[in-house]
Amino acid sequence: MIQTDILIIGAGPCGLFTVFEAGLLKMRCHLIDSLPHPGGQCTEIYPKKPIYDIPAYPSILAGELTERLMEQIEPFSPGFTLGERAEIVEKDEDGQFVLTTNRGTKHRAPIIAIAAGLGCFEPRKPPIENLALYEDKGVEYIIKDPEFYRDKKVVISGGGDSALDWTIFLAEGVASAVTLVHRRPSFRGHPDSVQKVMDLAEAGKINLITNAEVVGVSGDGNLNALDVKHKSEGIMSIATDHWVPLFGLSPKLGPISEWNLNISKNAIEVDTFDYSTNVPGIYAIGDINTYPGKLKLILCGFHEATLMVQSAYKRIFPDKNLVLKYTTVTGKPGL
Amino acid sequence: MDDMIKVFVIDRDEKRHALDAPTDMNMNMMELCKSYELPVEGTCGGMAMCASCHMYVQSSHDISERSEDEEDMLDEAFFVEENSRLGCQIKLTSDLDGLEVKLAPVGE
Repeated sequence: MIQTDILIIGAGPCGLFTVFEAGLLKMRCHLIDSLPHPGGQCTEIYPKKPIYDIPAYPSILAGELTERLMEQIEPFSPGFTLGERAEIVEKDEDGQFVLTTNRGTKHRAPIIAIAAGLGCFEPRKPPIENLALYEDKGVEYIIKDPEFYRDKKVVISGGGDSALDWTIFLAEGVASAVTLVHRRPSFRGHPDSVQKVMDLAEAGKINLITNAEVVGVSGDGNLNALDVKHKSEGIMSIATDHWVPLFGLSPKLGPISEWNLNISKNAIEVDTFDYSTNVPGIYAIGDINTYPGKLKLILCGFHEATLMVQSAYKRIFPDKNLVLKYTTVTGKPGL
Repeated sequence: MDDMIKVFVIDRDEKRHALDAPTDMNMNMMELCKSYELPVEGTCGGMAMCASCHMYVQSSHDISERSEDEEDMLDEAFFVEENSRLGCQIKLTSDLDGLEVKLAPVGE
């Protein structure tokens, strides 16, 4: 069990800065993120994008902002649980929250701060009728263990590196048949991988179908066929044991939606006095929250984090008088 | 007003919305849809990096060609057609008056 003062869900800029503001008040923080690295969207989606509205930085790359924040919070030694999704929140007999991740890691804290941005990144699923019926019955969005596909017929969809890499891997003596379906003749993956896939297709080791897209799934309990729509040749049926659509990741609110929080338009409603949710002890800051006049800006998230930790402090230490100290007077008073 | 055009957006329930769009604010179709609270995600904030503002251009307006980046991102969209575009790559300019787009279906 990991014990801390403030358990922060989401290690994006807003979650990271919370560590600093909490640290000034001598509160310890632990961050949980479903991605394997800190930074949230800033590192996952646009690390090379310049941001122009961070005060005192006329321009800073999103990746660099993350690095700077990590440097700024380093003195406060935050803990990290990365690559795990916050799944279940319960309260124990002492009134503390116990949070369990999808991998079973348990965390305990009197305060939870949700700084989860747009939610956790999950595979993007095609809008195909009855697709859900075949999930884990032939349709998989992630290849966990390639051995699972040994001597099976596999269809992969997508045009990026993961689609190319798995096509190559499964074609080399693992699957009995590999088909790659892609919407256009060119691929955005690494040129080496693209060449390898072209060579495999030339040699008849894979079935490469471009200018096409999977539009239907069918089976008898388990998946056994796909409808593939070709731009000029119409719809054809392909017999298969597995379909692996690899269309990248997109953020989803996920398990947070089941924590009895008031939610409106995929965001958590908060009181702007201290960014508290309807559940006492749980706060929501940054892009994940909503209130009248809300702006989804990193800048605003920093402000929300700062006010939130003041309120959190009063919850944890109701008898102590809090005096805001300016960092210019005492340096970092938490140290 | 000189700096306003009219564009039309057909949502996923086939409802047609007539939107007043400013051309002097350097806005794109993704941002316009969001400002009218139409269901366009625009996760990445308009950098052609997420494909969550996929739409079909239904009118015959002359819009700049898809960039290589846009093509790459459309690989992560579904039901991509000849007239598919990312809304964030359609800059609102005066020659787009009367533009009509339809929002593409989204996955779960």
